[in-house]
Amino acid sequence: MKEIVVISGKGGTGKTSLVASFACLVSHPVLADCDVDAADLYLVLEPNILRQEDFSGGNMARIISEKCTNCGICMDVCRFDAVKREISKDKLSSIEYSIDEIACEGCGVCAYFCPEKAIDFSPAINGKWFVSETRVGPMVHARLGIAEENSGKLVTLVRDQARKIAEENGHSYLLVDGPPGIGCPVIASITGADLVVIVTEPTVSGEHDLDRVHELANHFGIPAVVCINKYDINPEVTKRIIDRSEACGMRIVGKIRYDKAFTKAQIVKSSVIEYYTQSLVADDIRGTWSRILDAL
Amino acid sequence: MSIVAIASGKGGTGKTTVATNLAKAVSLLGHNVIYLDCDVEEPNGHLFLKPGITKSSSIGVPIPKVDDEKCICCGLCADICQYSAIICVKDKVLTFPELCHACGGCVRVCPTDAITEMKRTIGIVEEGLSDSIRFIHGKIQIGEIMSPPLIRAVRGAANNEGLCIIDVPPGTSCPVITSVSNADFVLLVTEPTPFGLNDLGLAIDTVRQLGLPHAVVVNRSDPDNKIARDFCRERGVDIIAEIPDDRRIAEAYSQGKLVIGALPEYKEIFIELFENIERLLSTAKVE
Repeated sequence: MKEIVVISGKGGTGKTSLVASFACLVSHPVLADCDVDAADLYLVLEPNILRQEDFSGGNMARIISEKCTNCGICMDVCRFDAVKREISKDKLSSIEYSIDEIACEGCGVCAYFCPEKAIDFSPAINGKWFVSETRVGPMVHARLGIAEENSGKLVTLVRDQARKIAEENGHSYLLVDGPPGIGCPVIASITGADLVVIVTEPTVSGEHDLDRVHELANHFGIPAVVCINKYDINPEVTKRIIDRSEACGMRIVGKIRYDKAFTKAQIVKSSVIEYYTQSLVADDIRGTWSRILDAL
Repeated sequence: MSIVAIASGKGGTGKTTVATNLAKAVSLLGHNVIYLDCDVEEPNGHLFLKPGITKSSSIGVPIPKVDDEKCICCGLCADICQYSAIICVKDKVLTFPELCHACGGCVRVCPTDAITEMKRTIGIVEEGLSDSIRFIHGKIQIGEIMSPPLIRAVRGAANNEGLCIIDVPPGTSCPVITSVSNADFVLLVTEPTPFGLNDLGLAIDTVRQLGLPHAVVVNRSDPDNKIARDFCRERGVDIIAEIPDDRRIAEAYSQGKLVIGALPEYKEIFIELFENIERLLSTAKVE
């Protein structure tokens, strides 16, 4: 089984549209949507959810007001300004301590040092993950709760589950739709993968972000190839990206032309390959996929 | 000072385009403007504002340092750590600095004072000027996962004068929350596509959870494409600017040019956007 992760550094370069299209070119792949902050692959693949589980990325502190003696130690030890001291809503003129759930990092230091054992520190539900069936193959996806942390842990869970399905059922390919950026969820998406496909665009931002995400792949020793989407919107920058990538030994696996087909296919919940089977842009995508397979 | 954060949920919808052009348009009106790029993973604002960088500081977080002489291997530090950043094996304590959240629990719990803290660098904050705009951005080191402390350092470098415009990273999790916290107003940039609107919905949920006043800017807008307008009406959010789907804007962007510089006819859109923000800020402050 080979695991291919599609990332980009810069957002909005076409990762999800390309993953949906690649999925139509392989026989029965497993899919994983690791952009757990803003998952979009489900909008195209319309998964039928078979299994749904809660995700807990860690514990959260909660002050039990009946036990609290307002000593304020929790506030002194918290480094995240997550303990609030306010006038009680019920009993005016009395002080009440509480935890700001959004600021709380789940370190548990307040609970450990509370002399009255008045702080509950138990697992918080930060999101949900799903195992689904789609028209192209099984898919594992997730939804991180609003304003939640630990997206890296949820990404790792999604990948582990997808890998398990692929291995148990003898699938040849696992296709991962990764998040933008180079931070914690991206690192969780790429470590240990067989190949990283970086989707970029010929803009100064795309070029700048490609350098950083390439450095990240190198940092973790994962082979990376580049696909330039909308290559014709700025031929000059496209040429610069090609020269720079080749100079540092990174293969260009595809150049895909700018085409409104990307948006039109999205609107009808279809991949570009399914909706515009006979088109130049579909040929670009097919060529890209075959060169990705060569690179593996 | 008013703080306006430019966010989106989905990446690539035009946050940086809106933030940099808004900053420029407002500064040309003679106002004091500070531009903060909080997308410390992939900062791009400098490619358009081209600031002269005058100051660079390395930003660090405290991590534990164990004195083996004093350590009795009691394991309390490993027990309190929720991030597996410090563990006790046989007769030695090991630390994993990249997993540390700097909560200070291990230092506090150690009965023999064997743990002190030292600084670990996670990135840099650079400051400078782009004409009259004060420019500040952060750059996280490659392979580093702790972006919130660096984002806080970028936020902390702003002074209290004029309009502060924050370029927020994509998504809805901790880096976004840290970037928008205490903003007076959040501008959500979207595009009229199913992915754009799905992620706009998540971004609206996020700012509502945080209780922040907000409105939408539709980028790559098409007069015939009503899906963004319908979506915002349904969700009860105002659209306060629309930037047309014009290939020339995409070309200017691809070359690192500000839209209002390359295509002056679009300057009015950003001035009107600023007036709308000011109007909404004053109502938000009255409320």
